[in-house]
Amino acid sequence: MLTKRLIACLDVRDGKLAKSVKFVDTKDIGDPVEKAREYYRDGLDELVFYDITASSDERRILLDVVEAVAAEVFIPLSVGGGIRSVSDATDLRLAGAEKINVNSAAVQRPALIAECAEAIGSQNLVLSMDIRRVDGDAGLPSGYEIVIDGGRRSMGLDALQWALDGEKLGAGELVVNSIDADGTRDGYEIKLTRMLSEAVRIPVIASGGAGKPEHLREVLEAGKADAALVASMVHYGDYRVSELKTWLHEHGVSMRMSW
Amino acid sequence: MTAIIIDYDAGNLRSVARACAEVGLAAKIAADPHIVSGADRIIFPGVGAAPSAMKSLKREGLDVALIDAFRAGTPMLGICLGLQISLEHSEEGDTPTLALVAGRVRRFDFTDRHLKVPHMGWNEVKPVRAHPLLGGLETGDAFYFVHSFFPQPEDASIIYGQANYEHDFCCALGVRNYFGVQFHPEKSGRVGLRLIEKFASWDGALCSPNA
Repeated sequence: MLTKRLIACLDVRDGKLAKSVKFVDTKDIGDPVEKAREYYRDGLDELVFYDITASSDERRILLDVVEAVAAEVFIPLSVGGGIRSVSDATDLRLAGAEKINVNSAAVQRPALIAECAEAIGSQNLVLSMDIRRVDGDAGLPSGYEIVIDGGRRSMGLDALQWALDGEKLGAGELVVNSIDADGTRDGYEIKLTRMLSEAVRIPVIASGGAGKPEHLREVLEAGKADAALVASMVHYGDYRVSELKTWLHEHGVSMRMSW
Repeated sequence: MTAIIIDYDAGNLRSVARACAEVGLAAKIAADPHIVSGADRIIFPGVGAAPSAMKSLKREGLDVALIDAFRAGTPMLGICLGLQISLEHSEEGDTPTLALVAGRVRRFDFTDRHLKVPHMGWNEVKPVRAHPLLGGLETGDAFYFVHSFFPQPEDASIIYGQANYEHDFCCALGVRNYFGVQFHPEKSGRVGLRLIEKFASWDGALCSPNA
């Protein structure tokens, strides 16, 4: 039976690990290579590096961090932040990233999804979506909109429509990141995650809002997510990766329990 | 002892090379059929599509080199697409493949519309019968999968491992000196590295004397 995945996201800024609350006020909390090693040994299923400032100020991802981690962490490694072209994607793949996440640049130029899917394979291309709830009168049928540049720019694009477009263009997986829930530790956006997961046939990774193990179970069961992404929960030492997996396993969620 | 990792434009070969380095297996990425024919052991990785993979293998003359190496008894490990094109035919693009192994590659076709394709993530591999490369495998050991097609060998007695995604499917098969896995041992943590480590010292016989 296919297990649910626990994914840790390391937001990297200037080669250091950072964690944002609602995408502002970031602070450094450690060395990403050290954290990656620790989580891998503790049973993490997949790792995501996100260069959180790359999109906004044109900075390139830190290829050396990816390379250092790929040499000793033998689980799928996913990288995003500032990917604007096929060559950005292939550079990261050569450095050791399995999967490439596109986000802002794909919203501005959707053909980027098709180009990257063609170059590296759909199964390695992740469409990462930053999503914000909107009022009923905003004219967006799903009630959610896409925002870019780390949550700073609203695009007037319906989240559900963008998920369907992304799948059609060749994305192999979706990250559903709720800006409203991000950093709150009050739980994932269940309604949004479920709506998108039921609409597409590609796997969905839920992101934003995890604070307690119960939140993960909620989004993996009621939210129909294939994977749950965590950050603060594990970065500050509140929970260990193995502790979360054990809790989920004991509460009926199918997890990989031997590593 | 050096393993040759076949380079045929089929995705990220470096992750396989890194996993080899981790278990102390010297490995070289090569696309020259002469190097492949003379290799001590061969790793045949790959993600991507069967039609383009077969096209580039033929263009380089690697199809013939692989068949020769198989006949010569060179220990070979096929991974993902590298397993799929060892069979006779793939439904992906209706492609005739290498035919080292009798059988076909089928597309997942689910009755449950909610099952996601590709089959992506960690899934338990259940050993069907003992094979030197699956030594040490325990109940619950899972490997990382990413695929939309799966192998269906003609002879069920060559199936060594199965996984379940709506139905059981073959995810590890072996014929003489060839062993193929549908999952990615290079991305499957400790259990994956163990398989590559066992391949590093495998003599190409189906069962080790102690098995």
